[in-house]
Amino acid sequence: MENWRDNKLVAAILIVPASAWILIFFTLPLVIVWVFSFGERGPQGQTFLAFTLDNYARALELIHLGILWKSIWTAAITTLICFILGFPLALGVAFAPARYKNLLLLLVILPFWTNLLIRTYAWIAVLRTRGFLNFGLEWVHGKLDALFSLVKLPDVMGTFQPLALLYNHSAVIIGLVYVALPFLVLPIYATLEKLDRSLMEASLDLGAGQWRTMAFVTIPLAFPGILSGLMLVFILSLGTYLTPVLLGGTDSMMIGNLIAQEFGPARDWPFGSALSFLLLYITFIILWIRAVVARRSKGVSY
Amino acid sequence: MEKLMGRPLTRRSFIKGATTLGVGMTFMPGIVWGAEEKQLNVYNWDTYIGENTIAEFTKKTGIKVQYDLFANNEEMFAKLKEGNPGFDLIFPSDYMVETMVALNMLVPLDHGKIPNIKNIDPDPNFSNPAYSPGMQHAVPYMWGTVGIGYRKSKFKTPPTSWKVVLDSDAYKGKIALLADQRTTIGIALKYLGYKLNSTNPKEIDAARDLLIKQKPNIKSFAEDNGQDLLLSGECDVVMEWNGDIVQVMEEDDDIGYVVPNEGGVVWMDNMCIPVGAPHPGNAHAFINHILDAKTGADIANFIHYASPNAAARKYVLPADLKNPAIYPAASAITASEVIIDVGDNARLYDEAWVAVKAS
Repeated sequence: MENWRDNKLVAAILIVPASAWILIFFTLPLVIVWVFSFGERGPQGQTFLAFTLDNYARALELIHLGILWKSIWTAAITTLICFILGFPLALGVAFAPARYKNLLLLLVILPFWTNLLIRTYAWIAVLRTRGFLNFGLEWVHGKLDALFSLVKLPDVMGTFQPLALLYNHSAVIIGLVYVALPFLVLPIYATLEKLDRSLMEASLDLGAGQWRTMAFVTIPLAFPGILSGLMLVFILSLGTYLTPVLLGGTDSMMIGNLIAQEFGPARDWPFGSALSFLLLYITFIILWIRAVVARRSKGVSY
Repeated sequence: MEKLMGRPLTRRSFIKGATTLGVGMTFMPGIVWGAEEKQLNVYNWDTYIGENTIAEFTKKTGIKVQYDLFANNEEMFAKLKEGNPGFDLIFPSDYMVETMVALNMLVPLDHGKIPNIKNIDPDPNFSNPAYSPGMQHAVPYMWGTVGIGYRKSKFKTPPTSWKVVLDSDAYKGKIALLADQRTTIGIALKYLGYKLNSTNPKEIDAARDLLIKQKPNIKSFAEDNGQDLLLSGECDVVMEWNGDIVQVMEEDDDIGYVVPNEGGVVWMDNMCIPVGAPHPGNAHAFINHILDAKTGADIANFIHYASPNAAARKYVLPADLKNPAIYPAASAITASEVIIDVGDNARLYDEAWVAVKAS
């Protein structure tokens, strides 16, 4: 049978819907935002088309760069925590006995079955002053207190002070890690799954221990997948909007929130557009770095 | 729908409201020769009308009402910005009326077709609002305030000044301010003795610095969930819209509301006819129906907001009239102001706000 790629008509029919979709719903809006980013805000918040670089100059003011910097390190910390938690998880799933593998994968993607807004609200219920975590701590505190009273050491524990876990930047990072973790686990899992196991067996047979095999064989081979996961989590966290709004404190404004503010209450679409493109350029740079690094590594491509 | 929900939610429920967008518009403005067809397309805030208001109107006039909902001014504005898709009557807030008038998006009202307009409280705040002098484009629908919601048991005497949330560490870590930049900076301006709508950069900078100084004591700039923070014990004192506090007062007797002596923000929602409305005659008739004393009271009693309808007041529930969260002390109202559109100076507020959030 001939390859469908060789039949121009079939190829065109198959490609047109996707291309049209991307053109109309992605490229075109992006072009509009790009044009807006050179515009001017009218006194009633209208967007006047113009050709000015003022919005970009404003976006590069120290205060806005500060917010961008905060977003970048928040995303970096999130990515690091996700990796520390997610890599062993991906390993565990990939090397689990076949009959458990699907179940474990299902558990990883299970959170996607619930709306993000609801899952984030659930974190509020967990972290707040009168939340489940503090209730749990209070219970442990009470039990310890009783124990100390038993050995004639009353009041050694003091009264329980609930921890301020919500409405600060740590809560934002907890929320982001929770949201982003599956995006790290899945690409790494997919790469590990495709690895040639005989290479690891060879390493073990030839005298390298488990740790050396992991460090010098498995991780380098899986590197492209690891990189994909890291980039995905970083980009996702960098542009987040919802998590800082719901879990953040007074200093949790990130670049996504700044953009939302410009498009929303400030009604300054040109400036918001310029900020959006600044974020987009950073994303492009990250993707470019990924492409370069992935090309140089000798691992399994994902 | 209101019935299903048990009790009306606040009409300023931003995040909650965003999930309950209006039902899709399935109508097209018909071509009408001579008399208007018996149809009216209303666009209002969610859960913001009486139980039977619409049914009574249809019974009285035979006009069918298509009723759509929005969650905030910006959403409504965005729908109408590129041309009216067929709405006859909309309910924008004060500053939004001003913006829409400036952009020629509203039709001047024919007061001759609204005889009940005489029922509006003669107080110039209502009968001659700054954003629409002489009610030329807008008739007030409901009004309210931004004040302090507080946990009574944590206060020896009720707060009387914004100092408790803006310039004091007495409730460190138990304070929430609003995430609304014009409101929070505006109230800081009032506390400092300036005007709510100041366009003087020095004054706005002073308000910004006050907020930055207070930040270590503030738990959250609440995106319209200050009432939940108060109810859950997360905060003891919050800056909030009165309607939100009224909502939690019903669940918890220990919550109080006060408009401080410096005055706060008075907000007003209005009935307006957008340019391009297919049925302006019916819209005037509906406005007149709402301004009827009995109808106005029915709405106020159902949604628990303050009505600017003076004639309706004798039918309003005594408990609501006595509730300072709905009808605050007259002196506090006199000191309060309405937020108006400051045009290009909006950038001063935006930059001050970003500085507060980023510092």
